[in-house]
This record gives sequence, structure tokens and C-alpha cells, in this order.
Amino acid sequence: MEALPRNKPLPGWLLNLTLLGMMAALLGLNAVVNASLTDYAVEVLIHIGLAMILAVSLNLINGITGQFSLGHAAFMAIGAYTGGVLMCHYQPAGWLGTAAFVGVTILGGLVAALAGLVVGIPALRLRGDYLAIATLGFNQIVITCLQQIDSVGPFTTGGAIGLFGIPHHTNFFWVYTWVLLCVVGIWRLVRSGKGKPFLSIREDEIAAGAMGVNTTFYKVAAFVVGAFFAGVAGSLSAMFELSISPTSFNFMRSVEIVVMVVLGGSGSITGAMLAAAVLTYLPEQLRIMPGPLHALADWRWVIYALLLIVMMLLRPAGLLGKREIWWTRKRRPTPLEGPT
Amino acid sequence: MQVFLQQLINGLSIGAVYALIALGYTMVYGILRLINFAHGDVYMVGAVLAYYLSCWAQKHVHSTVAALAIVLAGAMIGCAVLGFLIEFLCYRPLRNRPRLVALITAIGVSLFLENLFQYDGIFGANPRQMAQLIVVKPIVSFHIGGSPTAVVISSVDAITLGLSLVLMLALSWLVLKTRTGLAMRAVSFRFDTAALMGINTNRIISITFVIGSALAAVAGCIDAMRYDINPLMGVRPGIVAFTAAVLGGIGSIPGAVLGGLMIGMVETLLKGLILPSAYSGFADAAAFVVLIFILLLKPSGLLGKKALEKV
Repeated sequence: MEALPRNKPLPGWLLNLTLLGMMAALLGLNAVVNASLTDYAVEVLIHIGLAMILAVSLNLINGITGQFSLGHAAFMAIGAYTGGVLMCHYQPAGWLGTAAFVGVTILGGLVAALAGLVVGIPALRLRGDYLAIATLGFNQIVITCLQQIDSVGPFTTGGAIGLFGIPHHTNFFWVYTWVLLCVVGIWRLVRSGKGKPFLSIREDEIAAGAMGVNTTFYKVAAFVVGAFFAGVAGSLSAMFELSISPTSFNFMRSVEIVVMVVLGGSGSITGAMLAAAVLTYLPEQLRIMPGPLHALADWRWVIYALLLIVMMLLRPAGLLGKREIWWTRKRRPTPLEGPT
Repeated sequence: MQVFLQQLINGLSIGAVYALIALGYTMVYGILRLINFAHGDVYMVGAVLAYYLSCWAQKHVHSTVAALAIVLAGAMIGCAVLGFLIEFLCYRPLRNRPRLVALITAIGVSLFLENLFQYDGIFGANPRQMAQLIVVKPIVSFHIGGSPTAVVISSVDAITLGLSLVLMLALSWLVLKTRTGLAMRAVSFRFDTAALMGINTNRIISITFVIGSALAAVAGCIDAMRYDINPLMGVRPGIVAFTAAVLGGIGSIPGAVLGGLMIGMVETLLKGLILPSAYSGFADAAAFVVLIFILLLKPSGLLGKKALEKV
């Protein structure tokens, strides 16, 4: 991308073909990873992948469109429960199981997207901190409902204890296929002509509206797309962890994703991916380290919090700011990036 | 009728605590336009201080009143210092930055306090109970319309209601009748103009944080007498009290009290009277449903003023 002049983007079919090629490569990589790495390492890799989907999808809402949401874990919960409950109830096996897994994951995403539509509508009226607190309220409502409801019709949801016995389907290949779809999807959405309104809302909502941008539509669109991928990540995690409980999708989980986005740089897709990888890997690494470093893993959340505060005091734009990882500081900002 | 009245008293007692916390939110928001996410955790620190002070007071102080006074005063001073430090270290350097930056910092401070207190050397993640300084017993009980069970006001409820009333009266005296209060109102009305008129805005903001945190400490002490103390106890009351502040009209001091009492009563009435017991857990979500509807229908709240959006 970098070498090409900006006014001549790659043709769509070429990108789609590349995407398919990368997915095929992932299938090969999956075999290599499973054969050569320990189960623990694969698990960490999968957690990193899930964190990446969550961080990049929240980045669309928080960083790119500038609608500060504190309820991303709720969308994840909706996806996880949709996928988990259905698979737990029907327990499909063999190739049918894999097909059902793919279908259910997409369904989880769609149900979460529907919830995103419902939450996106308040976003029309609310700005900044009010929106943050409303989405936080939404998260709490979802958790409370999940804790109180034990079953819906014939389907068991488990109530406060949680749902157990979800079949195992998620592996390296599926997680990173979705990472690919999420990152490329959001990347192309934002870089396309249709994506510029998202950025314009972040920069100045009133000016964007005055220029004829349908701010309502794009704010809701950001919520719907972001929620879809969060739902997918939730469904994937349900079929990896094999059990889900309402409290694992609480406010803290939402904040964890926000920390990733903020740390990576609100608006930077690669920044969010980098922060997701580092913040997932680091505690795992600290945990297996001997001596005083081991204690750091216990202090992980205190360190997160301090990092967040210090980051806001010293470098509020995040590690990468609005730049992507390969944009150097010296380059003049393109009209898309705007002044940083 | 008897159940209704009893739940009303319980609701008032719980609502008074929400109101005390909501006052801190509303005062800070009125001046800085900042949701002080860490406020709920200041309340938690108040409860933790009450725990340690009550353990000490039980051994060394023999008079109940003196012990209670020590616990309250100690927690208030401790939290006031904490509130001052939070503002001075974390919010003051961000005064002219976008509001979201300050909001994320506030979330950071909140997480920091919650997790710091989960560390065993400081408090630990396990819930603990405050040393019992006063016995929870009914001090007023009366019968209505020949019903067999009495309506009861317990000692903790009485202390809660009395204390909140005194503090709220003191606060309204401070805000309405003193020069500091006048300055606070001026700063909240027009920040820049107040600074041009010679008001030391930084000092006023510090005072606001100190007062709000001291009120949260009192709320923490009261809830420490009623419930278990743990480092995450401030999360829910924090959000609920914020809801109360929004319901009453954020920035409005009488609004915060009204909102707090209303939310407290709605919660207890839903839990104890309206919802069947199998569904009473849903009452926990009531405050958040109220919050979202208020934000959608009347964001300025019951007693708030409508803010105009300026380009």
C-alpha cells in the first residue's frame, strides 16, 4: 500500500484474492503451530487473537468515530451466550459441528450487532461522558439479566453460575481468520470513501453534520459493525473456554478493552492490535517468570491503572496516536489523517 | 401498608447514602464537567478507613459516641486528603485538555484504587466486617392499623438519616451563605469569567473535591456499618449515585439529594414490594434502566438547567 500513490488504490478483486490466500496460509500455519508449539503457547496466541478482534472493533467505535463506549464486553457477552447456548443445547458433532460453529459464530455477531443498533440509537442524543456512562449502564443491565435468567424456553443459560459443557471448536485457524476479516474489514471500511464520515465525526461532529454527513447513520453504523465483531469474539471465546459466566463480561472486561485501544492510540488499527498483543502476552510472561518479576503479575491491574493515568498525563494520544505502525513521524499528514 | 411504610423507611435510609455520594459527583461535574469515576472508590476508601479506625477504637475508646466520632472524623479527613491528592495529581494537569482525556484518567484512578486495596498488605480482596460499635436494634417501632408486625426504624437508619440531614443542611449553608460558596457557584456558572473576577479557581476546585470526598467518606462509614467491606464495594453505589445525580439534574445540589432519595426508594420498593421475590434480583438493574431513560428523555434531569451546545 505504502509504495503506491494514494489516488490509485489496489483493485478490490486483488485484495479479496490476497485475503483468501492469507486464509489458506493460515490453515497451513495452524498445522505448524499446533505441531510445534505447546498447548499453553497456542492458548496464549488464541487469547491474543481474541483481544485483537475486541480491540480493533472497539477502536472503530471509540478511536475512529470518537464515540466513547464503555460497554464493549456486553456485546461480547451477547455473542458468547448466543453461540454458547445454541451449541450447548444441540451439541452437533463432526463436520456438522464445524458448520454449526461457523454459523453460530456469525449468528452471535449478528445478534450482538442488533444490540449495537439498540445501543447506537441513544448515541444519537448523547455525547462524550454521557454516552460512556449510558453504555456502562447497558453493560450492567446485560450482566444483571444474564445473572437472573436461568433458561430461555428449552435453552439453558445457566444464570449466575454460568454455562458449562460448550463443545470445543475454536482453534488457531478460526481465531486468526476472524482477526483477518475484522482488521481488513474495518481497515477497508475506514479507508474507503464511505469511511471518511466516521473520522469526520470524531474530528468535529457539528462541522461534519454541517457539511452534510449523516452523523446519526454513521454513529449507529460504527456501533453495529463494532458490536458484530465483539459478538464474534465472544462466540469464539465461548467455544474455546468451554464455559461462560456473566461476571467474566463485566465492566472490568470493558475497561480492559478500552485500555488496549487507548494505549495503542485511539484511531490507530495497528496500534490497537499491538496493545492487545502486548497486554495479553505480558501478564502471561510475567506469571511464568521467577523471582520478583513474578510478583508483578499480581500487581498487573495496579500497573494497568497507573499506565493509563501516566499515559493520559504524558501522551494522551496513545503510543501510536492516530498513526499506523509504519507511518513515520516526519511524513506530512495526508488529508485523511488530518493534523495530529 | 405496613410493608410499604417499612420499605419506604429502608429506601430513605439507602437513598440518603446515595444522595451523599451523588453530592460529590454533582459538585465536581458542576464545576469541571467531569464525571469523577474515582468517586465511588473514595467512598470505598471511607469504608476501609472506618474498618481500621473502628478496630482501633473498639480497643482504646470506651464511649460509643466518642468512638463513632473518631471513626467518622478520621474517615472524613482521610478521604478529604485523598480527594485533594487525586485532583491535584491527576486532574489538575489535564485542566485544559479534552474532557475525554480527563474521563479516562478518572477511570484509571478508579481502577488504581480498587486494585491497590485488593492487595493483601493494604486490605485484601476478601470482604471484612467493621467492628460493631453500635448495636443494630430498633429504636422506634410503631403499629399501623392493627397490623401484627411493627414498622421499625433501626439505630443505623436513624444515624444515617440524622447524619445526612445535618450534613446536607451544613452543605447548603456553605454553598448559599459563605464567600467560598459564592465563589463555588460563580466558578460553576462561568469558569473563565469567575477566574477573571479574581477567584482562585484552583483553590475552589480543591475545596469542592475535599467536601465531596468527605461526604463520600460519611456514606462509606454508614455502609460499613450495614454491609461487608471489600475493595470493589464502591463500583455499584458509585454508578447508582451518579445515576441519582443525573436524575436530579447534574450540577444541581438539591437535585442530587432528590435523585438519591428517589433511586433508593425505587430500588427498595421494587425489591421488597413490587417484583415477586423470584425476580427481585432484577431490581439491581433498575437504576441503570432509569439512567438510560433519563439520558434519552430529559438529559438535563429533574432540577437541572438545559445546556446549550455552542460551536
